[in-house]
Amino acid sequence: MGPTLLDAFEQAAKTDSPIIACKGIQLTFGTGAAKQKVLNDLSLEVRSSQIVSLLGPSGCGKSTLLRVVAGLIEPDAGEMMVDGEPVSTVMSKSAREKLSFVFQEPALLPWRNVWQNVMLPCQLRGTHKKQETIDFVEHLLNLVGFQKSDWRKFPSQLSGGMKMRASIARAMSTHPTILLLDEPFAALDDMLRSKLNDLLLAVAMEQKCTMLFVTHNIAEAIYLSQAIAIMSQGRIAERMEVPFSFPREAGLRSTSEFAAYYGQVAASLSRGNS
Amino acid sequence: MNAPTNKSINKWMTYLSPVLVFAVVATVWHVVVVWLKIPSIILPSPIAVMKALWLERLVLLKASWVTLQAAAVGLLCSAVFGSLIAVVFSQSSLLRVALYPYVIFLQTVPIVAIAPLLIIWSGNNFRTIVLVATIISIFPVIANVTSGLLSINENLRELFRMQSASRWQMLTKLRIPAAVPQLVLGLRISSGLAVIGAIVAEFFVGNSGEYDGLGTIMTARQANLKTAELIAALMACTCLGILLFACVNLLGATLLRRWTRTSGFESDK
Repeated sequence: MGPTLLDAFEQAAKTDSPIIACKGIQLTFGTGAAKQKVLNDLSLEVRSSQIVSLLGPSGCGKSTLLRVVAGLIEPDAGEMMVDGEPVSTVMSKSAREKLSFVFQEPALLPWRNVWQNVMLPCQLRGTHKKQETIDFVEHLLNLVGFQKSDWRKFPSQLSGGMKMRASIARAMSTHPTILLLDEPFAALDDMLRSKLNDLLLAVAMEQKCTMLFVTHNIAEAIYLSQAIAIMSQGRIAERMEVPFSFPREAGLRSTSEFAAYYGQVAASLSRGNS
Repeated sequence: MNAPTNKSINKWMTYLSPVLVFAVVATVWHVVVVWLKIPSIILPSPIAVMKALWLERLVLLKASWVTLQAAAVGLLCSAVFGSLIAVVFSQSSLLRVALYPYVIFLQTVPIVAIAPLLIIWSGNNFRTIVLVATIISIFPVIANVTSGLLSINENLRELFRMQSASRWQMLTKLRIPAAVPQLVLGLRISSGLAVIGAIVAEFFVGNSGEYDGLGTIMTARQANLKTAELIAALMACTCLGILLFACVNLLGATLLRRWTRTSGFESDK
């Protein structure tokens, strides 16, 4: 990635109008005695091309918030805007097409090979036969590290890391403006996780994609994002701007500054959830 | 005894032990028949059965071919119509609730009781045999495929919803391919049932000369007290069941190759 691309990336991050804007989101699951407030007057803004991590313990509503932003779950109350358009479960096709989702598990279709899996969203939209789509999918597969010989392999022939790479390529195949990621690397070992973190950053930088990243791993949240939103009991307890510059330096994770900031975030996290 | 020797014996035993069991059973059978002087009408000796099997080989082969066709066509009808019914069920919970009791009726109906009725309606012919084989073997297909079409992974459903996929796309691109393993599972159970259905129907069609399957031959041999020939026909029935089951297994393995192939596994670089 050249310096011009990076400039564009940072400039875009500075523009004022948020691309994702949640205001006073309320959501309750269950009825009667089992009633449980999952999202409680939650507000969050993410600007264009920004990478924001949602950090919090299990069950604090991170994944639910992500599904509300995606328009997969309808909140009980509150406003939800994505790129100037309101989001709901009955949202317009054009609004939904700006969004893409990476799940906790790779969620590949076992009867389709890598190429067919990555092509799936384009096929559902009817754009899979266009030459530009084919070129772009080829480019994406190279970008996430697939050899041409692996394109025809089926998911049962791939390792966990390769499946996740295919899943990321699939999410990017429709040129989304916003990428929503629900703990995609939670099941992978640390080595692979940091490798895929770098890969994700490379993809996001190249495609100038806004990302909302759900995780419960503090180091991952710091390394990946420009801002960390700490969630607790269904609301954003604190928002922290990450002081490190992009692109990330290779050894960033082992610097003392990183360790010090890690301590800060950990303290905020336990404060928010005490 | 050390491990390698043990392993090689096991390998030999895999092929040898079923043959040994057969030999032991046949010997005991023969000894019992000779010692107790059991009349051959009640229980012929295994040698008599083998003789009957050889003498009747052409008749049995011809009858097996007829019955195999009926069972296979019945199984095919079960696969096609069972899957279609399952697709309808997957699309409407109202239809599912309204019709499911009648599908269970198909499973619980005593086929022996309705076969005579079906013969009155449809006649002493191939069509009736296929009909009975279908009725008896369709339920496992409906039940398995319906559950396969409905139990789709939540993430995969969300993936399709994110792309504003239509109901039709959801069905053809997600539900139907996802239900293929369940269809194979259902057909495995149905293959045995289809053979049973065909033979039971043939019992009722009788030896009218219009139709000659294994079931009709068995009723004729029973009427003439030809017990050795009856047991020979029974063996042909068993072989038929195994053959159809093996065909379905082979078909299933071919269909599911994509799900299970693990060759060429490469570590993440």
